[in-house]
Amino acid sequence: MTGPSLILSGVTLGFAGNTVLQGVDFAVAPNSIVSLIGPNGAGKTSLFNCITGFYKPRAGNIAFEGTALLPLKPFQVTRAGIARTFQNVRLFRQMSVLENVMSGQHCRTSSGAVGAILGLPSQRREEREIHDVAADCLRFVGIAEDEWPREATTLAYGHQRRVEIARALATKPRLLLLDEPAAGLTRSEKQELIGLIGRIRDERGIAVLLIEHDTGLVMSISERVSVLDHGVMIAEGTPKQIQSDPKVIEAYLGSEDAEAALAL
Amino acid sequence: MAGPVAPPVEPRPSAWGGLNRVLDTPAKRGAAIGLILIVMAVAPMAFGPYATVILTNALLYTILALGLNVVVGYAGLLDLGYAAFFAVGAYSVGILTTTFGWNFWATIPVAIVAAAVAGVIIGTPTLRLRSDYLAIVTLGFGEIVRIAARNLKITGSASGITGIEQPWLFGWHIATPTDFYYVFLALTIIGILVSVRLSNSRLGRAWLYVRHDEDAAEAMGINRVRVKLAAYVIGAIYGSIGWAFFAVNFTAISPESFSFKQSTLFLMAVILGGMGKIPGVILGAFIVVLAPELLRDLGSFRYLIFAVGLLLIMLYRPSGIWPVRSAK
Repeated sequence: MTGPSLILSGVTLGFAGNTVLQGVDFAVAPNSIVSLIGPNGAGKTSLFNCITGFYKPRAGNIAFEGTALLPLKPFQVTRAGIARTFQNVRLFRQMSVLENVMSGQHCRTSSGAVGAILGLPSQRREEREIHDVAADCLRFVGIAEDEWPREATTLAYGHQRRVEIARALATKPRLLLLDEPAAGLTRSEKQELIGLIGRIRDERGIAVLLIEHDTGLVMSISERVSVLDHGVMIAEGTPKQIQSDPKVIEAYLGSEDAEAALAL
Repeated sequence: MAGPVAPPVEPRPSAWGGLNRVLDTPAKRGAAIGLILIVMAVAPMAFGPYATVILTNALLYTILALGLNVVVGYAGLLDLGYAAFFAVGAYSVGILTTTFGWNFWATIPVAIVAAAVAGVIIGTPTLRLRSDYLAIVTLGFGEIVRIAARNLKITGSASGITGIEQPWLFGWHIATPTDFYYVFLALTIIGILVSVRLSNSRLGRAWLYVRHDEDAAEAMGINRVRVKLAAYVIGAIYGSIGWAFFAVNFTAISPESFSFKQSTLFLMAVILGGMGKIPGVILGAFIVVLAPELLRDLGSFRYLIFAVGLLLIMLYRPSGIWPVRSAK
């Protein structure tokens, strides 16, 4: 086994005097499933935004497969092989399911205006390729073909979440960041999600890093779990180690997530 | 990073608007297009010389509105200085043909390149801005170009450029209003085909992704500044070509043709017909040109009537006259 593909060291992020992340060290190994948990407002989504280039940390380093990510813009991070979903599903409105997923292929293709205007063979080949990859990703996440022409935002919520995952997969990532993928899902949909995350890793060889509040889900699929509290990484280990870590239990007690702590 | 609350979902207009529903087979669609082409082809004979001039103007507006539609309708960038881009095209042709004695056809590539360069120059710094600021900057840019043209010697200052020679094409001297009508008809057809192809392409989809959600688009690996710049440049090229032909048609260019009022007229054509919908944009351009003509008998009142009509349309059909594709 080689070293970790994603490495964060000493990442510190602040907004207007408030420190959101404080010297965060964190790593994700290739082909692994890692979860990031912590009470609300701990800075989990901010950490995602730092990795994907939406936020620029004040200090620290982030590297993916040896490439420094901090100088990169979000679209360049995606090109480097990291895809993401959003906490509140953000599909493109007024566009079909298929068109939404086709967006993921944009960064892996290159034809421009001239090719489109002249209808060059290379452009047509690429259009077919974009379509085929999108179709493949939709089948992989289990969206039936009769839903492809529908407007994406009119699908059932659980299906929208899956379309968003398909869209991220269409960018051909080696690391997938899922921001609360189980939020708002029914119990059976959560079971399907667990299966899907496993298949993403096993069949596609993509490492998965997820933020999740559902501790049951986290403990059942993660190989490693990291706990963030008030911008500080307070624990890291296997699900078992985390469940019995006193610092973790303390962080959850007295917070809005006390219930989650009981589940631990 | 919670996004703004999504406005109520409205079916996305396809490039053909609601036409796909009415004309649901290729045969019906072909018949409709054929009918329109026949009407357009015989129009100069059927409606007389005055109507030919007006229709030529409507076709010019259609070309420019199609170009602005790429910027405003597809990429969602509010551009209030579109006239600046066709000024660049017109003056390139005017200066090169009169001062330097170039052949008209040789100036067209120069006009295209000049417009593209102008698009890049104005776009590179401004396209990082969000839409409201962009509108102000483009407004300013439009005025700068017009005022520069009014005051520079090479652009003929306030009197503009006159005596532009009408072009020849394989022994055909394009000179009469009817000749120009057919030239503009051909240009319009090319303009429509290009718009349709672009809207069904990787770039065309990228414009919609960026318009709907810049952050999500960027997370999908789309370089939003570059995609917007492409829209700007393509819009500029449409404007440049359209007005280059207008310049040889009228054999003159006046800086006052590139006013803010002119830019808003094209914007009106795009919004009136329905942004992003090609038939809607064509309809909008025809309304903007034909309505004041049809209301001519009313004298100065016609602008009042026209304005009230526009307000009513915007109140009752805010997404444009052309019907949107109904949800399945």
